[in-house]
Amino acid sequence: MSKEKIANLQRRNFLKSGAALASVTLASGVTLMALSQGAAASADPNIRWGLLIDTNKCPSDCDDCVSACSNEHGWENNGLLTDPQWIRKVTLKDKQTGRENSLPIMCQHCEKPPCVDVCPTGASFKRADGIVLVDRHICIGCRYCMMACPFKARSFVHEKVEGQKSYSPRGKGTVEGCNMCVHKLDAGDGTTACVQACSASGNGAMIFGDLNDENSEISQALANYPSVELRDDLRLNLGVRYSNI
Amino acid sequence: MKRLLVLLMVAFTLVSTSTLAGDLYPDIPKATGKPHPEGNEYMRINHMDMLKHDRDTVVRQGVRDEDNSLAQCISCHVVKDEDNKPVTIKSEEHFCRVCHDFAAVKLDCFSCHNSVPTTPLQSSALYPHSNTELDGLLAYLEGVAK
Amino acid sequence: MERIKYSELRSTPKLWGLLAILGAFIGAAALTVLYIEHHGHIVTGMNNQIVWGVPHVFAIFLIVAASGSLNVSSIGSVFGKQDYKPVARLSSLLAMALLMGGLAVLVLDLGRLDRLIIAMTTYNFKSIFAWNVLLYTGFLGIVAIYLYAQMARGVHSFALKTAGMVAFLWRLALTTGTGSIFGWLVARNGYDAAIMAPLFIAMSFSFGLAVFMLTMIGTCTLTNRRYAVELRTRQARLLGLFVAVVLYFTLVQHVSNLYVVEHQAFERFILLRGGIYTWLFWLGQVFIGGIVPLILLFHPRLDVKKGLVILAAALVVIGGLIQLYVIIIGGQAFPLEIFPGYEVSSSFSDGIINKYSPTYLEFVLGFGGMALATAITIIGMKILRIMPVNLSDENVDITQV
Repeated sequence: MSKEKIANLQRRNFLKSGAALASVTLASGVTLMALSQGAAASADPNIRWGLLIDTNKCPSDCDDCVSACSNEHGWENNGLLTDPQWIRKVTLKDKQTGRENSLPIMCQHCEKPPCVDVCPTGASFKRADGIVLVDRHICIGCRYCMMACPFKARSFVHEKVEGQKSYSPRGKGTVEGCNMCVHKLDAGDGTTACVQACSASGNGAMIFGDLNDENSEISQALANYPSVELRDDLRLNLGVRYSNI
Repeated sequence: MKRLLVLLMVAFTLVSTSTLAGDLYPDIPKATGKPHPEGNEYMRINHMDMLKHDRDTVVRQGVRDEDNSLAQCISCHVVKDEDNKPVTIKSEEHFCRVCHDFAAVKLDCFSCHNSVPTTPLQSSALYPHSNTELDGLLAYLEGVAK
Repeated sequence: MERIKYSELRSTPKLWGLLAILGAFIGAAALTVLYIEHHGHIVTGMNNQIVWGVPHVFAIFLIVAASGSLNVSSIGSVFGKQDYKPVARLSSLLAMALLMGGLAVLVLDLGRLDRLIIAMTTYNFKSIFAWNVLLYTGFLGIVAIYLYAQMARGVHSFALKTAGMVAFLWRLALTTGTGSIFGWLVARNGYDAAIMAPLFIAMSFSFGLAVFMLTMIGTCTLTNRRYAVELRTRQARLLGLFVAVVLYFTLVQHVSNLYVVEHQAFERFILLRGGIYTWLFWLGQVFIGGIVPLILLFHPRLDVKKGLVILAAALVVIGGLIQLYVIIIGGQAFPLEIFPGYEVSSSFSDGIINKYSPTYLEFVLGFGGMALATAITIIGMKILRIMPVNLSDENVDITQV
């Protein structure tokens, strides 16, 4: 990312932080508004967060994204069928050619999410910036969203949970899944734990960014290289795309 | 209705404290940090509505106001045991439980939220607004200067 | 020919004994609910792959049977068959009781049972589940009015007919809604078919009438009342017809699925290589729940005797539970096809048949729902004049048939 672009991004982050608590007049006609610490921006409807995963760069023996997610959000997979998995590595083998590759699957953050359609209380919802979430305050634990999800992206919490991270609450009897590290995005990090882990591993198979911003790295990559979305027959317009499957 | 009950409860407590030598009144643990500008009485009556309002704005709209987060409540109102470790909601000493047990009101927050302060984010400090704002401001000024 | 009289059930040791047994079942289910509520769903056999299990099989069976058992009422007042009228009150009562039993199981299996109030106050109207909440509660209200109209003196026949018509249309909507819970799941090969709604309606006709007949025969035996042989035989033949209709819709469901290449693997799973599910389908659903009852009810050499009717109806109930097991659990056991043309494997059961071994707790909960429905029916018959006293062959009006 060029320096100028970073500056642009930060300016945008800065400008979009709506609620003004202090305004500074710098020069005639130039008024700056700054936020006091504590107030925060809201999900921006002009943004659509997305992920692009290059499976060629995703080695089958690496699951750094999975462990990063598990650490970040405090879920644990001990191999039980009742254990939650917000993100998982899937190994694919082409039945015709025998070619094998590997990729992570998590909530695909559909534009038209079936889980949101079926949820009786509206606990399953899509935020203005395209992130599909469960509002666990009103989730009644009926699991209809899990029946409806084409990607098995959601897990039901079968046991009591203790020692949750303060920024990622989870609890027995409700449904959960990838939230695109919404706490990090709202804090202005502009990335997710899995993507950070993927770059830290040196594989760089995951790109995170704003699909609506044509200059973002992800939009550029999508514009220049072929990519697919899973279950495209369903026309759900996913926020997560894959290349080189 | 809930508010009415709480008011009745408070009224009852006031009456009972004045007449019954205060034995019944819960011993509310002291908090650290700045006092609430609204006053304790206001918080006692309205905290549930404030929490509910904030939970909806946070989860639905992504407006995370750290000063008014549940994590902040827990951080200031933490109660520590003899070993100087924060007590969880399992303990009767926990700040929330002291009154909730007294008023026999079910507390649901901690089936999902942690009842003691937790370490901040590993990857970034929790809400680093000051920094981004400062950087943003500098970047903007740079742009204006150009 | 006498006028049909109705009376409350009399207090007999047998009746109280039966209620005590049902109470034990209900109590066991209540303890189970508390146990699951305390430990979480980890103590059940359900998991992140099979998210709906045995409780849902029982719940949906009861809900489907509820709407179906109202048919006897509808045949009497909407379609004007006089001979069905004497048993219409029981039909309405049973419909309400079964629905309450089914809803209880469905609701008691929720992960956050304590938030039931949210399900009733916060609606997402795009969700068929939310619609069903309204359809179910509406059904209870409408059938209650209908039952009142059936029982009260001096209710105008037009009013009764209107109430019957509304209840009939409502129950069709209700079963359509229940079928659509599955029919609208585009993600899964086993569901995602518009035929689910009519299939569920056919199932409701069949299961509902079977449960109705068992209740009628059971109550008459318990309280020494008569169930006119002519009427019983006619209803048994109708049950046979409904069983045939269910088999027909099942045939269409699978044949049309076989035609779609995308669904062929799923059909091979259910029909040929699905292990337990294939056995349950052929032996349980088709043979025990379909072919055997048909033979029992229609074989020219067999007289439609009471014992045979009881056996046939019981088999329809067992076959119905098995059919729902195959639909609900079998549909989830088959892996989701996220990558067509690839062999997949992962730590989250991708690409394999999902494992499910229900624990006894789930059955206790399911039987508790059935016991609750039965207990409500008995209590209803105990305090209201539901059951006819003199339903002999001479008193059944068959002139209009």
